[in-house]
Amino acid sequence: MAAATSRTRKGKIRWSKLYSFGCLRPSTSEEHPADRVGQLGFTRVIFCNEPYLHRKKPHKYPYNNISTTKYNVLTFLPRALFEQFRRVANFYFLLAAVFSLFSLAPFSRASLIVPLIFVVGISMIKEAIEDWHRFLQDLDVNNRTVKTRMSNGVFVDKPWKELRVGDVVKVNKDEYFPSDLLLLSSSYEDGVCYVETMNLDGETNLKIKRCLEASLCLNDDEEFSGFKATVRCEDPNPNLYTFVGTLEFENESYPLSPSQLLLRDSKLRNTDYIYGVVIFTGHDTKAVRNSTRSPSKRSRIERKMDHIIYILFSILVLVSLVSSIGSSLFLKHDMVDWWYLLLPDGSSLDDDDDLFFNPSKPVKSAVLQFIRALILYGYLIPISLYVSIEVVKVLQKMLIDKDIELYDDVTRKSVQARTSNLNEELGQVEMILSDKTGTLTSNQMEFRKCSIAGISYGGDITEVDLAASTRMNANLEPFEFSMDETNRATRSFELLDFSVSSFSAQNGNARLLKTEEPVIKGFNFRDDWLMNKNWIRGPNLSDITMFFRVMALCHTGIPIEDDNRKTDKLSYEAESPEEVSFLIASQEFGFQFFRRTQSLMVLKEFDPSSMEEVEREYKLLNLLEFSSSRKRMSVIVSNEDGRIFLLCKGADSIIFDRLADNGRTYEQATALHLSSYAEDGLRTLAFAYRELEAAEYERWNTTFTQAKATIGPEREELLEQASQMIEKDLILLGVVAVEDKLQKGVPECIDKLAQAGLKIWLLTGDKRETAVNIGFACSLLRQDMMQFHLSLSREAESNNEVKAMEEDILQQIQCSYKLLCEEGNNEAPYGLIIDGKALEIALRGNIKDEFLQLAVNCASVICCRVSPKQKALITRLVKQYTGRTTLAIGDGANDVGMIQEADIGVGISGMEGMQAVMASDFSLPQFRFLERLLIVHGHWCYQRISKMVLYFVYKNVAFGLTLFYYELYTSFSGEVLYNDWYMTMFNVMLTSLPVVALGVLEQDVSSDICLQFPALYQQGPRNVHFSWSRIIGWILNGVVTSLVIFLANIYILSPTALQRNGFVTDMNSLGAITYTCVIWTVNCQIAIITSHFTWIQHLSIWGSILLWYIFLLVYGALPPDLSGNAFQVLIGVIGPAPLYWMITMVVVVVSLLPYFVHITIQRSFYPMDDHVIQEMEKCLKKDDVRDNEMWVREQRNSQRSTSIGFSARVEAKVLSFSQQMQQKKLSIYRSVTNSPIYRSITRTPFS
Amino acid sequence: MTDPNRERYRIRETAFYLFTQQSLPACKPVLTPGWVITIFLFMGLIFIPVGLVTLRASHSVVEIVDRYDIECVPESSRIDKISYIQDDSIPKNCSRFMKVRKYMKAPINIYYQLDNYYQNHRRYVKSRSDKQLLHGRKYHDTSSCQPVELNNGQPIVPCGLIAWSLFNDSFTFIRERAELKVNRKNIAWKSDRDHKFGKNVHPFSFQNGTLIGGGKLYPKIPLSDQEDLIVWMRTSALPSFRKLYGRIEEDLDVDDVIVVNLMNNYNTYSFGGKKKLVLSTSSWLGGKNNFLGHACIIVGCSSLVLAIVFTLLHLKYRR
Repeated sequence: MAAATSRTRKGKIRWSKLYSFGCLRPSTSEEHPADRVGQLGFTRVIFCNEPYLHRKKPHKYPYNNISTTKYNVLTFLPRALFEQFRRVANFYFLLAAVFSLFSLAPFSRASLIVPLIFVVGISMIKEAIEDWHRFLQDLDVNNRTVKTRMSNGVFVDKPWKELRVGDVVKVNKDEYFPSDLLLLSSSYEDGVCYVETMNLDGETNLKIKRCLEASLCLNDDEEFSGFKATVRCEDPNPNLYTFVGTLEFENESYPLSPSQLLLRDSKLRNTDYIYGVVIFTGHDTKAVRNSTRSPSKRSRIERKMDHIIYILFSILVLVSLVSSIGSSLFLKHDMVDWWYLLLPDGSSLDDDDDLFFNPSKPVKSAVLQFIRALILYGYLIPISLYVSIEVVKVLQKMLIDKDIELYDDVTRKSVQARTSNLNEELGQVEMILSDKTGTLTSNQMEFRKCSIAGISYGGDITEVDLAASTRMNANLEPFEFSMDETNRATRSFELLDFSVSSFSAQNGNARLLKTEEPVIKGFNFRDDWLMNKNWIRGPNLSDITMFFRVMALCHTGIPIEDDNRKTDKLSYEAESPEEVSFLIASQEFGFQFFRRTQSLMVLKEFDPSSMEEVEREYKLLNLLEFSSSRKRMSVIVSNEDGRIFLLCKGADSIIFDRLADNGRTYEQATALHLSSYAEDGLRTLAFAYRELEAAEYERWNTTFTQAKATIGPEREELLEQASQMIEKDLILLGVVAVEDKLQKGVPECIDKLAQAGLKIWLLTGDKRETAVNIGFACSLLRQDMMQFHLSLSREAESNNEVKAMEEDILQQIQCSYKLLCEEGNNEAPYGLIIDGKALEIALRGNIKDEFLQLAVNCASVICCRVSPKQKALITRLVKQYTGRTTLAIGDGANDVGMIQEADIGVGISGMEGMQAVMASDFSLPQFRFLERLLIVHGHWCYQRISKMVLYFVYKNVAFGLTLFYYELYTSFSGEVLYNDWYMTMFNVMLTSLPVVALGVLEQDVSSDICLQFPALYQQGPRNVHFSWSRIIGWILNGVVTSLVIFLANIYILSPTALQRNGFVTDMNSLGAITYTCVIWTVNCQIAIITSHFTWIQHLSIWGSILLWYIFLLVYGALPPDLSGNAFQVLIGVIGPAPLYWMITMVVVVVSLLPYFVHITIQRSFYPMDDHVIQEMEKCLKKDDVRDNEMWVREQRNSQRSTSIGFSARVEAKVLSFSQQMQQKKLSIYRSVTNSPIYRSITRTPFS
Repeated sequence: MTDPNRERYRIRETAFYLFTQQSLPACKPVLTPGWVITIFLFMGLIFIPVGLVTLRASHSVVEIVDRYDIECVPESSRIDKISYIQDDSIPKNCSRFMKVRKYMKAPINIYYQLDNYYQNHRRYVKSRSDKQLLHGRKYHDTSSCQPVELNNGQPIVPCGLIAWSLFNDSFTFIRERAELKVNRKNIAWKSDRDHKFGKNVHPFSFQNGTLIGGGKLYPKIPLSDQEDLIVWMRTSALPSFRKLYGRIEEDLDVDDVIVVNLMNNYNTYSFGGKKKLVLSTSSWLGGKNNFLGHACIIVGCSSLVLAIVFTLLHLKYRR
């Protein structure tokens, strides 16, 4: 993971290098990588255009087909079987089946083997189907075609799988690369092509690849007739961003770099076609090598289930021990006298070798009896538990996938449970670790406002304003007061006006409805002065033009021509979405950036003097890259007149420091605007420029070129120094503000999750200001919150001494914690904001615990500037330290570590690539679906699975123990009360369907109510349904049931007559009757547990009971050879006896009575949340539920006192307001009540 | 919100759609206090009458039990009962007197009851061959009958421990010098007689070995008609059991004294088993057994008590 992230960063740097004349630069690596070709690890040789040479050794490389399947036809059986029998329970049953072959088992072979085959078979079929789907996917990929040059020189479509190393292929626009290719030439003259690597690293922006100049000429089908070249390069490896090799072409050797390498799974964009030669195929490709299988995760319940199985195993061993000891005691003292057994006496060595009952060898007999007992009481271990759970989870997953409420209209995607084994874990989440970009925000930057030459333009409202104003609507009065107290009256009124209009047209849609003109993506700016070119009549004309030029020139973007575009508007690709929004904005303002080559940028400019659009070329002289430490980027361009300009954009603080004395004209006004933009949660950048004298530039350029040519670690420093020299004495032009758009429904979702008692941590790579802005926007932070900011002090940072830094952070943490403890943690909530560097220190050994202690006690935690590695680390530490279930949600490749590390990983399948989704356990189209996924589905699945497991334990204990009790009456000889096939049917047919129905369809409360009472969710994290007390309780319930069933049967039926004709019960009829009671009882028990009966439950429960009678009839009707002692047992023996039916009724009622009394007492006197809600729902069904006073009251009560989310915000505001209220005059109050908003609020109380 | 997809889904309001949306019509029983009280009340009202009816049926059954295993051994031999029973030269006949305390209506079932006899022992239960019982000597694989499988290389029919240890005490009943007719037919389940014991299978080489277990069979009568054997071979579930011996098809009056002449052949002395002779009438519920009746009444009463307690508690702590 760590490697992946560092790769991402490196990738970006490399890409920018292209624009900063990367070809002029020497490589940064210490030794010439090409030198290593031929050495160990760099031995690959490829004969281009001669694929036949790769058919035989030593240059035989695999075909290009890939296989992601786990098994193949041959390995499926052994491997899948091995997987199955790794489970303890299954292994146990396998052993039992093996023993049955040696007549050790008390049952017939078939009755032991059949259920095992059934259970293992179903699991294996599931495996096989999953693998089959993978196979089909592979097949689909392998059969994609690509134009490949055949030996006759013609390019024909060839399936991917038949591609060989050395093949020359032609890839067309928007096609995927079939394997790792060496770029030979492209449709562009300069041999560049654009590549989308979304599937590899999740970055949506395009990357440029460039061929060697030597191969530029190979840009036509015919050119390849005589083409021969040899590539020597590194061996296959998973590093996406490195490639070392040489190309030997026409007797010359050229070094190759990653920019000539086109990776499999990336896509050709904006380029008509490319030619390439296949270098790595199939499993050798970097993409395939780089893919890691996500770790298999198991849910808490499943892990606990293992412990239950162990408990049952202990019970099993215990009763087996009792049996074997009992048996040997009987054997020694009593059985020798039982002449009717004709036991072998030790003296005679006859052929009677009944080893189980050999009085002369009691120990051996005891051991054998022990083994037999282990198998006999095997019904204590629920053999079908695992398989039932698997079936249930697959069905649950299907229901989650199909939920229409989790379907996103926009992306046309639905929630996908990618693994089904974590469904119930969704109901136990306590902590959400969320990425910001792409998860909470939609990673769409919108150009919103700008301030040019001291005048602010674009008064429109932002999403954050919107969130704020809806909040204020909900709680109008304090807002009115803030109006009083501050003198920003006009602004506030603006907010108010907006709120009213937005309220009439539901939140987010408001803007869409308002605007008739087509919405331009990334541009949400309305200002007549700038838009309609009115500015040319105004003052500061040159500054405004310059401002636009900076916007259009100072970037690393590229224009993209859209084929089906109707206007002459272009779209852009750039390193960051901010830049894209600037480019779009400048296009809207009439400064269209429309072409770029290595050294030229061409603008279509609106010329204010001639009022015409003119095309102007700017020579790109230098590009000073953006970096997080510099926080600025500059370009040096010369225009057609030969004037040289340095155009700079960057963080306001940095730019303001570097202004010339005569460049500060607008500083004051701009700073004012800046602060107001920041308050709106907008991201701001300042623009400045400077004109350079040619001589000055030349002087500087030599230093800079020198610095660039330096090899070694000091290079970066030299470059930075060189940049510093020129980026000074700037003239401020203005600032721009872009908005990071929140995704739909995010604040509401966070609010609900907070009410459900979940903690939400924000982990973002963004800078602190942005993170805090977003924190406010989605109510993770609020004004009255006490904020702890942890960061390294400047001096500690500059000293770079670990010790000092540690002390510094430790002190900060202790300070904050002391404060937190003093204040008492219930009153005011705390927010913790920590940045990456501080975090790195804080997560070290000794400080770790203190930090986590503080963090866990804060209501919300925001970590900014964290690396992907740190995200994963935090996740792991939180998981370990708190022991709570964590859920990580993110969308990009940088979240993969976090997603894999968390108990549940959720990927957003939105805009960015598939990396996060591939690593995730659940994929959501949008963040807001998390609410329903957790609060409804999570809650349900948790309930279902826990009920199901407990019931499973119950039914097997109840049944298995009757076998044991019977042993007490047979002198522990190992005789079984029931017919073998009754028992086989028990887990397989007679009790399995109701459990599955329970596991799939049970609902304690409906989904609406789950959402209305988010506090119900707390049952999961507190684990009320699967606590040890419950588990023990259910085991005890099973014990009681088995006792009641067994004792009642033997006392009622023995020794007197069963019927009027005087016949008595024998072993067969007692077995059948007792078994009937067991079937009735366990099926009725599940009917008591079930709180949601659809026809499916009815059918499965009552059907199972009916099935038993049908089975008994059919089985009994078979000839006695087959049916054995069950022959005609129902119609001939027990059926006609009224006693049989009476026993069934009485025993069922009595054995269920203890549980029934328990739940009635619990429900009546110690009700749990769901009981109360169920009851209320039932009682109030007739009335309109929501209006009912009791309902609302309970709903209020159930909302946990949360400290984040905007309900909490509202609560806090209401509180503070009510205190102020008393001091204020009634007149204000009246004015408030008369306002239309207030009325609209009173109509729709916030809920 | 009016996306065509969504519309399409909405139109498909089939059962499957409802199923996938988990909104199938359902009934949701909730245990409100009212329901709880009703259920307990209902249970009380059902179980008490049922219990009373059952008890009545049980009380209508008249049962005379006589343990004879000790009394039937002469005083002199009581120190060493085993050698007494194993000594074939001593005649084993014995007379018992049974007094009828209550009018007994025919048919009166005659049972012998054995205690501490593990007919359910695994070794014992398995030692039989159902196929041989049905098909006779035609069926050769009698390995399951160990250790009573062969006699001098000849297969034993019926083989196995169960048959070998056949109970062989016999009883005759005399009332006022007249012998009471005992019907010994129809004492085994019809399904056994018709389908499990062969009509053409005759005993062969039975009890001919060195060790003689229990009773002998009539060599000329097919197994399906030897109901003693059929009854015996339905192994009992518990170590204390009764088996039907026959039926007296005359009513017995109060204070009738019945003389039982019995042959005390069967050895229960080695393992301390008891032998009892039982005369019992039967009701529609079978034999005399108060357990079910008592259980019903106890359950019914406790349900009523619970109902009352819940009502009181509910009234006191009204929600």
